[in-house]
Amino acid sequence: MFEYTFLQQYWWFIVSLLGGLLVFLMFVQGGNAMIFPAGKTEMQRQMIVNSTGRKWEFTFTTLVTFGGAFFASFPLFYSTSFGGAFWVWVLILITFVFQAVSYEFQTKAGNILGKNAFRIFLTVNGCLAPLLIGTAVGTFFTGSDFVVNKNAVGDSLAPVISVWGNGWHGLEAIADLRNVLLGLAVMCLAAVLGSLYMINNIEDDALVANLRKALLWAAVPFVVCFMAFMVWIFLSEGYAVDGDGVVFMEKYKYWHNLVQMPVVAVLFAAGVLCVLYGIVRTLVCKTFRRGIWWTGAGTVLAVMALFMLAGYGGTAYYPSYSDLQSSLTIVNSCSSEFTLRVMTYVSFIIPFVLAYIAYAWWKMDRRRISSDELEGTQDKY
Amino acid sequence: MIDSALIGWSRAQFALTACYHWVFVPLTLGLAVIMAVMETVYVVKKDEFWKRAAKFWQKIFGINFAVGIATGIILEFEFGTNWSNYSWFVGDIFGAPLAIEGIFAFFMEATFVAVMFFGWNKVGKKFHLAATWLTGIGASISALWILIANAWMQHPVGMEFNPETVRHEMVDFWAVVTNPVAISKFFHSVLSGWMTGAIFVIGVSCWYLIRKRDVRFARASIKVASVVGIVGTLAVMSSGDSSAVHVAKYQPMKLAAAEGLEEGGPRAPFSIVPGLEIPGMLSILATHDINGFVPGINDLLDGYTAPDGTQVLSADAKKERGDIALDAFKAYRENKDTNPEAAAEAKKVLDENVEYFGYGYIGDKEELVPNVPLVYWSFRVMVGLGCFLLLLMVVVLWAEYRNRIENMRWLHWVALFSIPLVYLAGQAGWIVAEVGRQPWAIQDLLPVSAAISSLSAGAVITTFFIFVAVFTLFLAVEIRIMIKAIRKGPETEVAK
Repeated sequence: MFEYTFLQQYWWFIVSLLGGLLVFLMFVQGGNAMIFPAGKTEMQRQMIVNSTGRKWEFTFTTLVTFGGAFFASFPLFYSTSFGGAFWVWVLILITFVFQAVSYEFQTKAGNILGKNAFRIFLTVNGCLAPLLIGTAVGTFFTGSDFVVNKNAVGDSLAPVISVWGNGWHGLEAIADLRNVLLGLAVMCLAAVLGSLYMINNIEDDALVANLRKALLWAAVPFVVCFMAFMVWIFLSEGYAVDGDGVVFMEKYKYWHNLVQMPVVAVLFAAGVLCVLYGIVRTLVCKTFRRGIWWTGAGTVLAVMALFMLAGYGGTAYYPSYSDLQSSLTIVNSCSSEFTLRVMTYVSFIIPFVLAYIAYAWWKMDRRRISSDELEGTQDKY
Repeated sequence: MIDSALIGWSRAQFALTACYHWVFVPLTLGLAVIMAVMETVYVVKKDEFWKRAAKFWQKIFGINFAVGIATGIILEFEFGTNWSNYSWFVGDIFGAPLAIEGIFAFFMEATFVAVMFFGWNKVGKKFHLAATWLTGIGASISALWILIANAWMQHPVGMEFNPETVRHEMVDFWAVVTNPVAISKFFHSVLSGWMTGAIFVIGVSCWYLIRKRDVRFARASIKVASVVGIVGTLAVMSSGDSSAVHVAKYQPMKLAAAEGLEEGGPRAPFSIVPGLEIPGMLSILATHDINGFVPGINDLLDGYTAPDGTQVLSADAKKERGDIALDAFKAYRENKDTNPEAAAEAKKVLDENVEYFGYGYIGDKEELVPNVPLVYWSFRVMVGLGCFLLLLMVVVLWAEYRNRIENMRWLHWVALFSIPLVYLAGQAGWIVAEVGRQPWAIQDLLPVSAAISSLSAGAVITTFFIFVAVFTLFLAVEIRIMIKAIRKGPETEVAK
C-alpha cells in the first residue's frame, strides 16, 4: 500500500509536525521565564505558575514522543546525535527534570529548598531548554563533527558505529554563530508564546499589562535573531544528496529547497505571517487576547517548514562536516520498511489523541485563571 | 578498544536511573487504582467523605508522580546518550514500543492528570471520575509498552539480522507485542505496583490509627488498599510462576544464578537459604514437572545433553560460532559491492551462525556468568518479602472486617515499618531481572560491551554523580513533603 520512499517522507513529516508542536508548547518554558520579570507580586507569580503548570505535561510528553518517534523512525539519528552531542542533550534533560518536579514542590510545606529555588529552576528551564534545543536544531543546517562506520560492528573490540570527532560532545555547536542565533530565536519565541498564552489565559489587568510589555521585549530580539539566521542559512552552502546517496556541498542549498518546494515555501510564509500577526495585533490592540492561537499555529507551520527544508529535496538533515558521507539523510538513517509501515498505522490514532486533548483543554480553559479562583481553591500549585 | 570503566559506569548510571525510577513508578500505579476506587464510591454513594479520601491520596499521588516522570525521561534518552550502538543495532524494533508508549499512554496521562488535579470545579463528576481512571490506565498502558520493549531484550523475537543495514529488523510486530515474556512481565511488574500502593496506604493509615486520628478515613483506606493489594499480590505470584518457566526456557543462566545452582539435573532442589533446600522444587517451578531437567551454571558453560537428546553447546562452542558469525559479517561487508558470490557465501555462513552473533564479542566465558550472590539473595528478598506482605495484608483485612484493627497496636507498627520493605522487594525484583541477564543487553545477540556509546569514562562518571545528587535531592524533598502532607492529614473527620 505504501512505498518505502513515501514512508520515509511521511515519517519525516511526522517528526517535523512533532517538532513544530514541541516549539509551540514551549510557551510553558517561555511563560516560566516570565515568573520574575512579569510577576511583580506573589499572586501574579502564582497565577503564572498555575497557568503554565496546567499544561507542562503536554510539552514534556511531546518532547518524549518527539524522541520516541525519532528513535522508531530514524534510529541512526538517535544513535548518532544523542550518543555524540552528549553534553547538549544531557543539559537539556537536566533542565527538564528540574522543571518536572518544581511545579509540584514549589509551594508545598517541607520542600527543603524554599519556594523561590524551585521557581528559579522553572525560570532556568524556561530560558536554557529552548536555547539549547534551538542551538541543537541549528546543527541540522550547519553540521556536526561525527563519523558513521557501520563496518565497525564487525570489530569485536571497538564495535561502536557512530563516533563523535571531539571531546566537547556537542558543546562545540556554540562556536558557529548561526546555531546560537537559532537558539536565541527559539528562546525569545518561547518567551513570546508564553506571554501570549498567559495574556489569553489569565484574568488580571496588571499582570496582562506586564505581559504585553514583556511581549515586546521578547518579540524584537526574536525577529532579529530569526531573520539573521534565515538569511545567513539561505546564503550559506548546504548539504545536498545526489540520486546515489552521495553527499556534497551546494551553494544556497536551503534557498533552492525553498524555491523548489512551493508547498514548503507557502507553509513557511504562512507560518511567519501568522507568528507576526499574533504578535503585532496583541501589541497594537489592547483588547485583543487571542494572539497565542495565531502565533502558535504560525509557529507549528514555520518550524515544520524548517524541518522540511532540512530533510526533503535531496538534503542531509543531520550533516557531518568532518565526513560528508557520514551525514544522515532520511533514506540512510531510517527504520526498515516494515517498521515504518507498522508505525504509520499506529500514527493514524494521532487525530483521535489530538481530539481528546483539545476537548479536555477546552473544558479546563473555559474560564481564565484569576486571583479569586486561586484564593478560593486548594486545587492549585 | 572499549574502556571497561566506561562500560561499568554506563551500567551503573542506567541502573541508578532505573532503580530511582522504580521507587516512584510502583506507587503511581498502585495509588492510581486505590484513589480511583475511592472516587468511584464517592460518585456512586454521593458521600463527600469518599471524595475527601480520594483527594488526599491524589495529593500524595501528585507529589510522587512528577519525580517518576523526571526519572523516566532520563531513562528513555539514556538509550541514545549512553547506549548509542544499541540504539542503532536494534532501534528498528525497540524504538517502536517507545514511540507507541508516547502516543498511546503519555498523552493520555498528561491530558487527564491535569483534569484530575485541577478539574474538580471545572468538569462534571463523571468526567472527573473518567479522568482519574484514565490517568491510571494511561500509566498502566505506558508500563505495558516499555515492558514489551524490555521483554524483547530478554527474549528477542520477531526480527531478522540484516547485514546490509547492519542491524536487526522487525519482521513480525505481533510476535514482539505478544512475546510471552512481555505478558508475564507486564502483570508481574504492574501488579507489584498495586502491592506497593496498597502497603503504602495501609502503612500510612496505620500511622493514623497509632495516633488515634482520622480513624474512619484510615479504616476505609485500609479496606480498599487491602483488597487491591491482595488481588495484586496473588496476580504477581501467578505471573511470577509463568515468569520462572520463561526464564528457565529462554535465560537458563539467569535461573541458575538466581538459585546459585552450579550443577543441574532432574529433580533440582530449590534453595531457601544456603544449606536449606526443598528437593525437586526448582524443577517444579521451572518446568512444572518434579523430574524436569534444570541446567546449572557449569552445565551451561560446559554444554550438556537435554532430556530430549538435544546437545546444548558449551560456552566455548558458542563463542566459536559467534566468531564465525562476526568474520562472516566482515566478509559480507568487504565483498558486497565487488564480489557478489563471495558476499552470498558469507551471508549464508552468517545466517547459519547469527543466533550466536553476540558471543563473538565475549572475551572470556566467565563473562557469561552474572553476579551470582547478588542475584541469589535478591531473589530471596523479593520472594520472602512478597510472601510476608501478602500475609500482612490478609491479617490487616481480617482485623478490619472483625472490627479489631483499631486496637491491634503491634499490627499498626508492623504495617508502618513494612512500607520500606515493599520498595525493597520491588528493587530486588528488578535486580534479579536485570543483573541476572548480564552480560547481555539483548540476550545472546548484543552484550553491554558492544551496546555502548563512544564516550570517555570521565564524562559518564560526571553525569553519574550529577544524577546521584539530583535524584537523591528529589527523593529527600519528596519524602519530606509527603511526611508533612500526611501529618496534616486528610481533613475528612470534619466532614464526618
